[in-house]
Amino acid sequence: MRTCAESFEGYILRSLGRDWGERLLPRGLDITLCDQIFLIASGMIWNVYFAVFSISIGFFLATAVAVARFSENPWLNRPAGAFIFFFRGSPLFIQFFFFYSAFVLLPRGGIDIPLGFVTLNVDTSPLTTAAVGGLIVLILNTTAYSAELFVGALRSVPKGDLEAADAYGMAGFTRFRRVVWPNMLRLAWPSYTNEAIFLTHSTTLVFLSAFPARQQSGEAFYYARYFVDQTFNPFVAYPIVAAYFIALTLAIIGVFGLVNARLNRHLPREKRARIRFRPQYLR
Amino acid sequence: MKKLTLSLAALALSGTAALAQDVVRMGTEGLYPPFNFINDATGQLDGFEIELGNILCERAGFTCEWVQNDWDTIIPNLVSGNYDTIIAGMSITDARREVISFTDAYKRASPSAYMALAGTDESVIDSGVIAAQSNTVQAGLVADTNATLLEFPTPDDTISAVLNGEADAVLADREFLVPFVNDSGGDLVFIGEAVTPGDGIGMGIRQSDNALREAFNAAIAEVKADGTLNELLTKWFGPDEPLF
Amino acid sequence: MFSFCTDPSVLEQAQWFACYLTTATHMAFYRAFGVVILLLAVTAPAALAMGMLGALALRSRLAPVNMIGRGYVNLVRGVPDIVFFLFVPIALGQGIEWVMHHINCPDWDQPIRQGNDFVVCREAKVPPVGASAWVRNVYAFSMAVIAFALVFGAFVANTLYGAMQAVPRAQVETAEAYGMTRGQAFRRIVLPQMWVYALPGLSNIWQILIKATPLLFLLGIQDVVYWARELGGAKTSLFAYPHPDWRVWYFLVLLLFYLFLTWGSERIFGALNRRLARGQATAQGERQRRAEA
Repeated sequence: MRTCAESFEGYILRSLGRDWGERLLPRGLDITLCDQIFLIASGMIWNVYFAVFSISIGFFLATAVAVARFSENPWLNRPAGAFIFFFRGSPLFIQFFFFYSAFVLLPRGGIDIPLGFVTLNVDTSPLTTAAVGGLIVLILNTTAYSAELFVGALRSVPKGDLEAADAYGMAGFTRFRRVVWPNMLRLAWPSYTNEAIFLTHSTTLVFLSAFPARQQSGEAFYYARYFVDQTFNPFVAYPIVAAYFIALTLAIIGVFGLVNARLNRHLPREKRARIRFRPQYLR
Repeated sequence: MKKLTLSLAALALSGTAALAQDVVRMGTEGLYPPFNFINDATGQLDGFEIELGNILCERAGFTCEWVQNDWDTIIPNLVSGNYDTIIAGMSITDARREVISFTDAYKRASPSAYMALAGTDESVIDSGVIAAQSNTVQAGLVADTNATLLEFPTPDDTISAVLNGEADAVLADREFLVPFVNDSGGDLVFIGEAVTPGDGIGMGIRQSDNALREAFNAAIAEVKADGTLNELLTKWFGPDEPLF
Repeated sequence: MFSFCTDPSVLEQAQWFACYLTTATHMAFYRAFGVVILLLAVTAPAALAMGMLGALALRSRLAPVNMIGRGYVNLVRGVPDIVFFLFVPIALGQGIEWVMHHINCPDWDQPIRQGNDFVVCREAKVPPVGASAWVRNVYAFSMAVIAFALVFGAFVANTLYGAMQAVPRAQVETAEAYGMTRGQAFRRIVLPQMWVYALPGLSNIWQILIKATPLLFLLGIQDVVYWARELGGAKTSLFAYPHPDWRVWYFLVLLLFYLFLTWGSERIFGALNRRLARGQATAQGERQRRAEA
């Protein structure tokens, strides 16, 4: 039987590949509680990777798409609208499937881009891996959802702030950076927190729909399913995954909460009064 | 009046109790031809195990009700009591014996085979990229070798991977692959040796349910003795299938 | 369904497709779309109700209620719904049967947990042993509704709470100046005005709920994705209608179905949004005012 220290050493980085820990995953009767805890933790590396990169890249793309969608120029708002519609309108499951099918059709030797005197060969094989291909699908997905939230927030920017900006003579990018964008962020933030959490949870679907797991390296939910399949006991592996995700979600809520406080620092906050029993007739 | 209603109630209860006693719920997957699948024309479950299951129930004197359940939760749901048996092409293994009990085997262990595009060299078995369905015995077998394992969520994905070149070969149950090889007109072939894991295919039953297990074992012994089982095996798996 | 379908192998293209698309399994596929829409129709109000309760709890100044609200929202939001759906039905099913066991069979002397098995007396089984298939289907469906309402209720609670906070403080101060109690200010001022701030978040959650319906399969319900995978997968000559891997086409149909649902929802939410933004002191309201002027 493995000790917990051996489990830790053997499995904590196993999700990065066969060379980063024990070659083989524990099987059947050989599985200890520490094995499950550490291997699933190692899977969380993938979830965090997907979440961090897709949220950060998606944030900037979403702002761009939202501004395009909010603009009155039809050449900007129609394509943006179509993008948002397509990616919000289809389930992530199906998006993974179609993108994987498309990536697989790309030529195996890479794509040659002729640039005059030199031909650039773009290696497209990483696109069929979850690390790259899956990330791209998640980025596009979160961009669409976040863009819709940001557009809603852009529409709700208080009229008074905009008039004040005009009165100060601010226009264009200055007006956007100093007045519109902070208000947009402030109004969208609670829903954006939701979106960040949904995205983090959706990272569990990457290996469930189309992208293959290489050398048994996958994310936390993949390992949880492996353990449930080996031990036939869902009451250990799933709560472990749930616990890790709760911790991750609380971390996201904490970080986003700090940002929320900063975004709202100029507004009066409702003071938390103690309960005072003061029914109407006593006044 | 009161006596009438009481006696009617007692009769109804005893009637349902008697019937209820005999209802055995059989859990199967429905996605694994030729063991169990859904017949296109009727929309009902069909396959070797459905036919065998109905015969066994008849011999054992039960009324059988079929329930479909996906593979990942098929054992936890048996253990929880959602149905009474698992009859879904499940191999008898020691790991599973820890959690559930099995009847006697009604089919010999199915060999697993490697399938690849015609012209693939046999060395890929130990050094190439092999596709397998995730969380199957075959995935474990490939992980043991030096080949790179590529795990896909569904069996269809593994076949597609071989066809589009993502993987050099696929390791799966031979019976599942045979129709693909036959239908491909020479494009897909078996390579290398077949591997045979497990102790045969049996019905899964809760460890505490001794009476049910005995009843089914008796029925299985009966169908083995009178040749019905061999007939079914030949019908669904072809003349090369090892018989009892 | 058609008379010429008895032997598919001799049919030509058009007739083969006519027969193929009307097999019993395909009928089940079409029915699954109805199940999805029914689930959405029942779950959305349930999730909204759960969310409203959660938001009120979050807003409450009574510490225990506040704690319960926070606990519910943070724990449920913390767990990926797929884990929830795989774990909760078994746990909930066992929980219900455990309670029924203690009510109906007080004199049962054997332990409920025998090794790995969960064994309760016959009268405690939910649904009951002799129950027909439709009762089981309704039970499975209700579990799905409960699971979805619980999960999405937590997100709705968060959005509604944010919306309540987003109503400009000036409005609430004016209400206080008029002598309204906190409850009255809430009912008359905050509640009607918060919807314009809640709407983007709620429409997002609705869209996510639509896209979460493929997870129904985990709850034991044969939904559209299950049938698309099952019917689209390559069928060998063992089957009456052999065909290669057609999953791309089936998923395309699903894609169009979901896009249509999305388009319909967007029209409705767009109209709601415009209605609620009228007269509001926001960028959208200003645009509308100028457009109408």
